[in-house]
Amino acid sequence: MLKKNINFIGNRKVALIFSAVLMVISIASLAVRGLQMGIDFTGGTLIEVGYKQAADLTALRNTLDKAGFTDATVQNFGTTKDVLIRLKLHEGISSAELSGQVLSVINKNTAEPASLRRVEFVGPQVGEDLAQDGFLALLYSTIGILIYIAWRFEWKFSTGAIIATLHDVIVTMGFFSILGLEFDLTVLAAVLALIGYSLNDTIVVYDRIRENFRLLRNKSTEEIMNISINETLSRTIMTSVTVMLVLVSLFFLGGEVIHNFSIVLLFGVIFGTYSSIFIASPAALMLGISPEDLMLPVKEGATLDSRP
Amino acid sequence: MQNHFPLWKNLLILIVFVVGIIYALPNLYGDDPSVQVSSTRAAPIAQEQANRIESALKTAGLEIKSLEIKAGHVLARFNNTDDQLKAADLLRDELGSDYTVALNLAPTTPAWLQTLGAQAMYLGLDLRGGVHFLLEVDMDAALKQAEDRYTDDIRQALRAEKIRYLLVSKDNGAIKVKLKAADDKPAFLALLNKDFHDLDLTEPEDQTEITLKISEKEQREIKKFAVAQNMTTLRNRVNELGVAEPVIQQQGENRIMVQLPGVQDTTRAKEILGTTATLEYRLVDVEHDVQQAVAGHVPVSSRLYYEKNGNPILLDRRVIVTGDQIVDASSGIDQDGRAAVFISLNGVGAAKMGKVTQANIGKPMAVVFIEYKVDTKTVNGQKIRHKEKVEKVISVATIQGAFSKRFQTTGLDSPQEARNLSLLLRAGALAAPVDIVEERTVGPSLGQDNINKGMLSFVVGFALVVLFMAVYYKIFGMIANAALAFNVIIVVAILSMLQATLTLPGIAGIILTVGMSVDANVLIFERIKEELRKGNTVQPSIFIGFDKAFATILDSHFTNLVVAVVLFAFGTGSVKGFAVTLIIGILSSMFTAITCTRMIINWTYGNRRVEKLSI
Repeated sequence: MLKKNINFIGNRKVALIFSAVLMVISIASLAVRGLQMGIDFTGGTLIEVGYKQAADLTALRNTLDKAGFTDATVQNFGTTKDVLIRLKLHEGISSAELSGQVLSVINKNTAEPASLRRVEFVGPQVGEDLAQDGFLALLYSTIGILIYIAWRFEWKFSTGAIIATLHDVIVTMGFFSILGLEFDLTVLAAVLALIGYSLNDTIVVYDRIRENFRLLRNKSTEEIMNISINETLSRTIMTSVTVMLVLVSLFFLGGEVIHNFSIVLLFGVIFGTYSSIFIASPAALMLGISPEDLMLPVKEGATLDSRP
Repeated sequence: MQNHFPLWKNLLILIVFVVGIIYALPNLYGDDPSVQVSSTRAAPIAQEQANRIESALKTAGLEIKSLEIKAGHVLARFNNTDDQLKAADLLRDELGSDYTVALNLAPTTPAWLQTLGAQAMYLGLDLRGGVHFLLEVDMDAALKQAEDRYTDDIRQALRAEKIRYLLVSKDNGAIKVKLKAADDKPAFLALLNKDFHDLDLTEPEDQTEITLKISEKEQREIKKFAVAQNMTTLRNRVNELGVAEPVIQQQGENRIMVQLPGVQDTTRAKEILGTTATLEYRLVDVEHDVQQAVAGHVPVSSRLYYEKNGNPILLDRRVIVTGDQIVDASSGIDQDGRAAVFISLNGVGAAKMGKVTQANIGKPMAVVFIEYKVDTKTVNGQKIRHKEKVEKVISVATIQGAFSKRFQTTGLDSPQEARNLSLLLRAGALAAPVDIVEERTVGPSLGQDNINKGMLSFVVGFALVVLFMAVYYKIFGMIANAALAFNVIIVVAILSMLQATLTLPGIAGIILTVGMSVDANVLIFERIKEELRKGNTVQPSIFIGFDKAFATILDSHFTNLVVAVVLFAFGTGSVKGFAVTLIIGILSSMFTAITCTRMIINWTYGNRRVEKLSI
């Protein structure tokens, strides 16, 4: 392997400015454009139908318009033969019956009826519950991690790890908002998986810093951090590559349903790798971490026992 | 000896390996499209019916792969889904309403694996096709019904105890009782104490008045009962529908999840699950004038109904028999070719029916069809639950002679309606109305598509990782690859053993595990490389590499695990499936990446002089 000695910590300002810009863009987009929430959270109906030949979307839209489903959005899903129809919660019509009505409308006057591939209907209450559960999952996993790292390492590390992780989550969701991709339950699961991954990466670096704090007594905190990041660099990159390999495979071959899931994780792995190198350690440094925070508690008895 | 495992460790790993392979094996065998026939009557299906089914299928020219009798039902396997669907339609017509015919996917796991309890993974609806409903039980309605019941009971008790009252009525979530005289109050209080201790009572200033409210504890009981009762009824209904392997589970306090694998006709399924239909039998009031009643002067003893054609009709307020007293119902065609429901009553109902018909020969009797429809509509952003009790008189007939236990009712629109009504009467009524709050239907073609795509991306992803590891870490990479394959086997084996539901995100989880689980090996190998660079010799480098990486692996994997567990706790449906595979994947990857690679490395390099490592 190459001999690496890249001054990550010394150049942390560049990374921090870069991240700050990313964060501002992401938060701005999240605030202004918001996320394109899927029906899992907003409630509504989604119908996927398949045709034997390429579907005529314009005709389909007209048919639905005439039948009174004016808010229906019609688009291809994956292939030109598959069509996705989305409907908001309808005023006045019982939501459970909506999908049946739509299907009978579009199959009424066509020579070649569409085959039903998928229907998803989520009531408004269920949507709220799912959104709430999702938010709670995010909150509890953050708290759980905070506690675990604080216990295993130290609170400054713990806070640093959370900052790095939240950075990844916000930037990834920001990209989602900018690209206008749909945010549904599967995507939320991917965001949580991304938290796990990003932390995993950060912990490996922290672990090495802790070790080197105890090993290299005569070096400054900054130097030790730099050494540690460089030492773990090839591992960080290797693991990112293997995960990216499977994600690319999922993205191209996993089908439409998994598409956004893999996008989140692809983004997430890139940012997770970046943040564990450029953000997590500087964050802990700025919080004032020093080797003394991580010295093994010296027990009087223990030292005596180990003497011959 | 540094790099040497004791025998027991090697054996343990090998045992896990063998067990893993055995329990993962059933997944290599596919499924047969099959049709499952079971009896709706108590008697299980015997050889005789099986022969009948076989000959019916053979005459239709359908090729049967195999036919077996198992646990009281017949399972006929077919070579393709076309034959399966044809056979199901054929058998439904052939066998009639005494049998339910369900589509099924029967695993082809060989017998020796089955005896070991090995089963293929349980596929979620997004992989096998089917429909998922989340039903919400209307608790307000359940409470209201209870209030009605209490109001009636109190009236009856007052009458029985000869306590004079002016009024017993429901009043805004409470029951208001007004007695005729304050003197009767002690007797009433004693009665309440004896028979109605589930009611909380408040006494307003007026000495003759008492307000009763169902106690908190009783309210909880009522709600619990409503959900339990509804689940039983739904289970009965689903069984009547003919679904192989349905799942009916309570979710939260007031929701019930129903999963019907393989069901495609969701409209019928929704109708059957959601409706509360029942029948009532009443005498027709022939003494009063209907037109007067329409004008607003309904006699006290009667109620105004409408027939199907819209004509008004006056019926006696007292019910002869209600749907609760029906013990069995089947549908068919009567002598005149009309759709009919054949009804059997229980003892009490039969006695009452006998008495009334005896006394009223020559007079008309009406059958009232009652259906509760619950719709949730959104008006101005507010959810409004709209409950409608549809009551229509479906038939009026003159009582020709006394009858009691068994009789028939006609007047239904179609044989389909008759079939649905008889099904609903058999399955029992819902204790409280339900509302579909979530539906997810996946067509069978999409399910197979999802499996294929999942498999393809798994194979490609796996191959890419294996190739990359082999190129980068050479022999050590190959060892890591062996551990990776082992890891996948263990994940599949554990998923099969737990019979946890495998969903498409679950498959994604397995694929993600493949990418992440080499992480532990990467950590170890990089450590070994570091040690070698420091100038350490081979054996200590391996030893220290494993040793130092261990703590890191533990910490980093544990945080990952925390997140996966939280995801499991809060996730629903397919997301839960993802969390499950992730949790199992993380745990098993720690085992395989640490112990299995170590074992193979020990075998390859341990205990001997090695100059250079291929890493």
